[in-house]
Amino acid sequence: MKEIINLPVKNVEEEEYHINMGPQHPSTHGVLRLVVSLKGEIVKSLKPHCGYIHRGIEKMCEKDTYPQIIHLTDRMDYLSAHINNHAVCMLVEKALEVEVPERVKYIRTIVDELNRIASHQLWWCSFGMDMGGLTCFFYGLRDREKILDIFEESFGSRLLHSYYTPGGLMMDIHPNFQKNVKAFIKYFRKKIKDYDELLTGNIIMQLRTRGIGVLSKEDAISYGITGPSARASGFACDVRKHDPYGVYDKVDFKEILGTTGDTLERYMMRMHEMHESMKIIEQLIDNIPEGDYAAKMKAVIKLPAGEYFQRVEAARGELGVYVVSDGNKSPYRMKFRSPNFSNLSVLDHLSRGCKIADLIAIGASLDYVIPDIDR
Amino acid sequence: MNSFFEYFADIFRAVKSLLTGMKVTGRYFFSPWEIVTQQYPENRKTLKMYDRFKGEVIMPHNEHNEHHCTGCGICETACPNGTIEVLQAKIDMPDGKKKRIIDKHIYRLGMCTFCGLCIKSCPSDALAWGQEFEHAVFDRSKLTKTLNQPGSSIIKDIVE
Repeated sequence: MKEIINLPVKNVEEEEYHINMGPQHPSTHGVLRLVVSLKGEIVKSLKPHCGYIHRGIEKMCEKDTYPQIIHLTDRMDYLSAHINNHAVCMLVEKALEVEVPERVKYIRTIVDELNRIASHQLWWCSFGMDMGGLTCFFYGLRDREKILDIFEESFGSRLLHSYYTPGGLMMDIHPNFQKNVKAFIKYFRKKIKDYDELLTGNIIMQLRTRGIGVLSKEDAISYGITGPSARASGFACDVRKHDPYGVYDKVDFKEILGTTGDTLERYMMRMHEMHESMKIIEQLIDNIPEGDYAAKMKAVIKLPAGEYFQRVEAARGELGVYVVSDGNKSPYRMKFRSPNFSNLSVLDHLSRGCKIADLIAIGASLDYVIPDIDR
Repeated sequence: MNSFFEYFADIFRAVKSLLTGMKVTGRYFFSPWEIVTQQYPENRKTLKMYDRFKGEVIMPHNEHNEHHCTGCGICETACPNGTIEVLQAKIDMPDGKKKRIIDKHIYRLGMCTFCGLCIKSCPSDALAWGQEFEHAVFDRSKLTKTLNQPGSSIIKDIVE
């Protein structure tokens, strides 16, 4: 109380002051609290406070068996739930040296890419909305609905699927799956032009993002940024290309790299990635081989004692799963290297010296999902 | 002079980009059939969910009020968060032996994460997904359900 009374009143305009952006702020896309230190409208520094949605997923994994862990990974980065499941499934298969059927690999790759498109569509919606364009939000969600319908028909749920199991899939794909996916690709190739006309070419959006929040390649590497945000700075970090899993080694796709590393470049990376994902799906969708949808697994899965690591390219970057096993049916220690947590760490570096309105644009372009940060 | 033209060219380009965006919204304004919305509470009677839709876990009964559940409890161990509780009862068989049967199959919908492990692990296919999705109730205790209907018994050919 005493300190507050003794504050020097005369220099208030010159002084730095702190404001809380969040936990309930629409542009943080969840419960993230950013303590922003401001001088006028200029951001001097920024401190993210995490933990509002911490559920202790890593600790909960220690009491669960390996098939039960899958449904928890859905709830980390809920927008790329399939890809998170894929990481854990591949880790268990790698540890047990189980060869999954070729059909499973094809389906997993297609579903992962569909999930990536859906995730980027939602990112585009929220990016437009943060920039002040509510129309984007409606159009993006309308197209995302098509993917969610495919998911709902084939896997039973729209957001948290738990579709992969160690060794294969929960069930085979729906008979309509291939037809619907092809119809969606045809539909979305037409609609993605709307996205460009509506937002990419928009002068207000261009002026608000060009040259804002420039991240150099060196900084991207030293902060551990991955995913489209790092590729915008020219850092080639696509796990699908450099450490292929699934059937990514059999398909032809480009790893698109940016040059400038500003907010507009990060935006463009994700727009290009949607095109690349559609290309991957088109190459695979007609060639799904016949066969089983799951390999034969033991009823109780026990990993041999040791340490295991598996990484995948989630929609926002590299997701790593690390398991220490003591030979029991549940892991001794489980650790997730989530892409969003590392991507958040660079926010302070990027936003220094920017206006507070630019902070919203930078945050939107980094595309964080808060449950993945806190886990 | 050059910068003077550049200034107006910038304004022209800016207005053009805004009009391009307006063209998209305008097209949808004049072709409302392209916009897909569902009138949800009104279309309740015609709304049909997909066959595989995960609404809730149910135990299908046949017309004689019989089900497939043997009460083995595998679904209870498979469930990651204690949603399912299988209460067993012992009955005296005619030949003097005691036999375990299912008393109550308790399913707590409020805790269920819809992972589907109980249905996948069930050895006698007693559980299935139901398509019901309007689960809102005024009291939390109503979310705890008993899946086997009162007075139901196991289908005879399974017992043999």
